[in-house]
Amino acid sequence: MSTISEIEDEIREDFSLFEDWEERYNYIIDLGKDLPLIESSKKTEERIIKGCQSRVWLNAELREGKVYFTADSDAVITKGIIALLIRVLSGHKAEEIARAELHFIDDIGLKEHLSPTRSNGLVSMINYMKNYAARYAESNA
Amino acid sequence: MITEENITHWRSQFPILQTQVNGKPLVYFDNAASSQKPQRVIDSIVHYYTRLNSNVHRGVHTLSQKATDAYEEARTALAGFINAPEKECVIFTKGTTDSINTVASGFSQAFLKAGDEMWISAMEHHSNIVPWQMACERSGAKLRIIPMDETGTLFTESFLNELGAKTKLIAITHVSNSLGTVNPVKEIIAKAHSLGIPVLVDGAQAAPHMKVDVVDLDCDFYCFSGHKMFAPTGTGVLYGKREWLEKLPPYQGGGDMIETVSFEHTSYNVIPFKFEAGTPNIEGVIAFSEAVKFIQDIGIETIHAREAQLLAYANKKLAEIEGIRFIGTAKEKSAVVSFLLDGAHPYDVGILLDKMGIAVRTGHHCTQPVMDFFKIPGTIRASFAFYNTETEIDLLAQGLEKAKRMLL
Repeated sequence: MSTISEIEDEIREDFSLFEDWEERYNYIIDLGKDLPLIESSKKTEERIIKGCQSRVWLNAELREGKVYFTADSDAVITKGIIALLIRVLSGHKAEEIARAELHFIDDIGLKEHLSPTRSNGLVSMINYMKNYAARYAESNA
Repeated sequence: MITEENITHWRSQFPILQTQVNGKPLVYFDNAASSQKPQRVIDSIVHYYTRLNSNVHRGVHTLSQKATDAYEEARTALAGFINAPEKECVIFTKGTTDSINTVASGFSQAFLKAGDEMWISAMEHHSNIVPWQMACERSGAKLRIIPMDETGTLFTESFLNELGAKTKLIAITHVSNSLGTVNPVKEIIAKAHSLGIPVLVDGAQAAPHMKVDVVDLDCDFYCFSGHKMFAPTGTGVLYGKREWLEKLPPYQGGGDMIETVSFEHTSYNVIPFKFEAGTPNIEGVIAFSEAVKFIQDIGIETIHAREAQLLAYANKKLAEIEGIRFIGTAKEKSAVVSFLLDGAHPYDVGILLDKMGIAVRTGHHCTQPVMDFFKIPGTIRASFAFYNTETEIDLLAQGLEKAKRMLL
């Protein structure tokens, strides 16, 4: 399996093919539409990460020393970005996830989605993913 | 008669309207959140700091005197703007939220107790909900809600019949920020007064768009913000009738609000100073009065008429979009259009419109109970100012069609 930074590179390459914002967003929207990201039984109140505008559900599981994430959102653009984050982070060792800097978000022009004014729950989601991994890595150290 | 030349001239005075966002000419439809500022308001801030800067109400030196004069002239200008009978009844605050909190704090200390009731409406902004919840928590009074129907119109009659000896205050919005409904505040005030009940009006969405006359309304308190009416942020007004302002306890303690201070006892200054603790937002207030003069030069009636044209055009144009659902369809409305596109989350639509240079607000607009009432996560809101154009509304309609194609 590829490393986190290798997957980030793949995504950068995918996005380099797009000529304008429309192509970029059409791709993200398609990602958001295509992926069933979380089992509906897991879309519970406890798994909700409250953003101001769009809601995000996140589930984390440990299997054989690796962390697996599933998630969903009621907004399709948010969901598409979540799909990218899951592609990068899910299935890696906790230490690697905790260390990941996720520069690809800036590089593919999606930094604006992480601004606090967007209130989409993505910042909280990334924090949650990394903190979850960090806690596990610590307890395993 | 409003001409093309008028509109071009108005727009030319707002530097930000000449800029581009995401490579597209800015279409600014978030005026209910905050309006843009004309050059003369911006210039007045620069003028203050280059010519007048000094603290007010304190120094004997020339600059302090000049700053004080400008600050107090602003009070006169604001009093004139709302036809306040005396300028001492105009308190400068940080904004509508601050104005409401000033009254809520005083009421909870002095005029509300367990067993009392007060009313707000189902369409209030959080700023006219939470301060009263806090006041009721402190005092033990009960907060009651005037209900509304599915068009966003209040059930005024049934609520007026429930007013009685227990009712100590009504706090109601003049114009709803998320629905655009214009409430019949004058009638409510008349009925409330016949029972000896005071009324506070949240005028944040009214003052920029229509003639407000506090004598004609006969309201006991009227609150509004500068930044929604072409003035800087951090400026606002609390108008109150003298009798109320004199008996209302001060909100915050500090400089300027005192008469004498000893460690045993402090006596408070007269109004308006009793409510203006600390160094105020001097340049903001002075620029606020410049914004008022700007409005008066154009004429608030002209502004109102122009915005009514824009609202009518937007209602017609946006209704052509298949799958649009308007939220807030009251008969009396100000220039706010709140809506949803079937199958699309408002957040997604807002993001795509932004890419096209169109600034709208999406979400609950700080009125979560309104969204709960309609059982929706939020709306897309286009709120107009007199400087907007029909061409911009066409761009919004095209943008929405494009967002639909991309999202659905």
